[in-house]
Formats: sequence, C-alpha cells, structure tokens
Amino acid sequence: MIKLRKEDYETILAHAKKEAPVEACGLIAGHIDDGDKIVDKVYILTNTDHAEEHFTLDTREQLAAVKDMRANGLEQLGNWHSHPVSPSRPSDEDKRLAYDSTASYLILSLMDDEPVLNSFHVENNEATKEVLKIVNSEK
Amino acid sequence: MKLTVAGKNKEYADGITVAELVELENVETPQYVTVTVNDEFVESGSFAGTTLKDGDTVEFLYFMGGGC
Repeated sequence: MIKLRKEDYETILAHAKKEAPVEACGLIAGHIDDGDKIVDKVYILTNTDHAEEHFTLDTREQLAAVKDMRANGLEQLGNWHSHPVSPSRPSDEDKRLAYDSTASYLILSLMDDEPVLNSFHVENNEATKEVLKIVNSEK
Repeated sequence: MKLTVAGKNKEYADGITVAELVELENVETPQYVTVTVNDEFVESGSFAGTTLKDGDTVEFLYFMGGGC
C-alpha cells in the first residue's frame, strides 16, 4: 500500500491542472512503515520535454530533490506524472522507461471531469496497480 | 581515497574513473544514469575519461520519463 496525504494530492492536482495540456511531473519521497510506503513529501519538477505526450524530469532539479530528501531523512519512493488527456495507466513508453522496480509510479489522469490518481509497480515491462490511499493531513 | 557516493562515505583505490565507479557500485542500467561529481554533470561519453580524486562527492541520477 502507498499512502499520500490529501494536501500532497491537491498539490499534484493543482500543478497538473496548471500545466495541462503539457504533462506535469515530479518525485515522491517518504518512508516505509511495516511494508507500506508513506509519502512525506511531494516534489514538483520541470518537464524538460514541455510536451503533451512525454515527460522527462529535469536532472538539475532531480539532484536538488535527492539532496533535500537525504537532508530530511527521506527515501525516494518513486515519481508521479500527469496524463492530461489519457487514462491513469502506464503507457507502453511509461513501462519501457520504468527502470526502477522498487519505485511507485503515480499517474494522474485529467481526461474526465473527475481526476483519477493510481499508483503502479512496474517490473519487466509489466505494470501492477498498487493500493493507493489518500489520507487526511497529519503532521 | 575517500569518496561520498550517493550520500555514503566510501573508500576506493586512488585514481579510479567515473566509469569504474559506476561498475564497482553495480549501477543498474548505467546507460540511463546521469552522474554528478561535486554537483557538476559529467557527460555520459566522458565517464571513462573522468578521474575521481580524494574527497569527491558523486551522485547517480536515474533517468525518469515517459509518455501518455
């Protein structure tokens, strides 16, 4: 299971809506608690592709985020990106470029009136949906 | 010599290159990894020609991208 605070979900959603129709992206970091991934911090990064159908995280911002995670005792748990006009599922390209089988890949779809966020584990080009729980903020 | 690799203190032989470190650290899918040394990005074609020195800080950044 992966747990995401409601305020972090809203941060992702707001940024994705602002960037649409360009894909938005970022990183998630936190800790593991009894096998569950707990997201403690969401990072908004620049999509250097600035494209509606592709994203690439800005490596300079990625470096800064990795340092911030380390400084705050957080573990990189995965990444997130938006699908402005397609469903919340990994595309063939998403699966092909998912090199980390320990990561969670969050995909936010904005194609319908109601946004849909799912999390996936990707290994050997196969995606498996993870249980994602959006929880009320608690700091 | 002492290096800081992905935030951890490590000891390696003097004069190793970035390419050798990538191999020694068992970096997965090295073709999709960006390396920084003391916050400077190392061109992927320069790994073998970049020699590390005592006290260097090295980070491995895995490519993250996709499409819809």
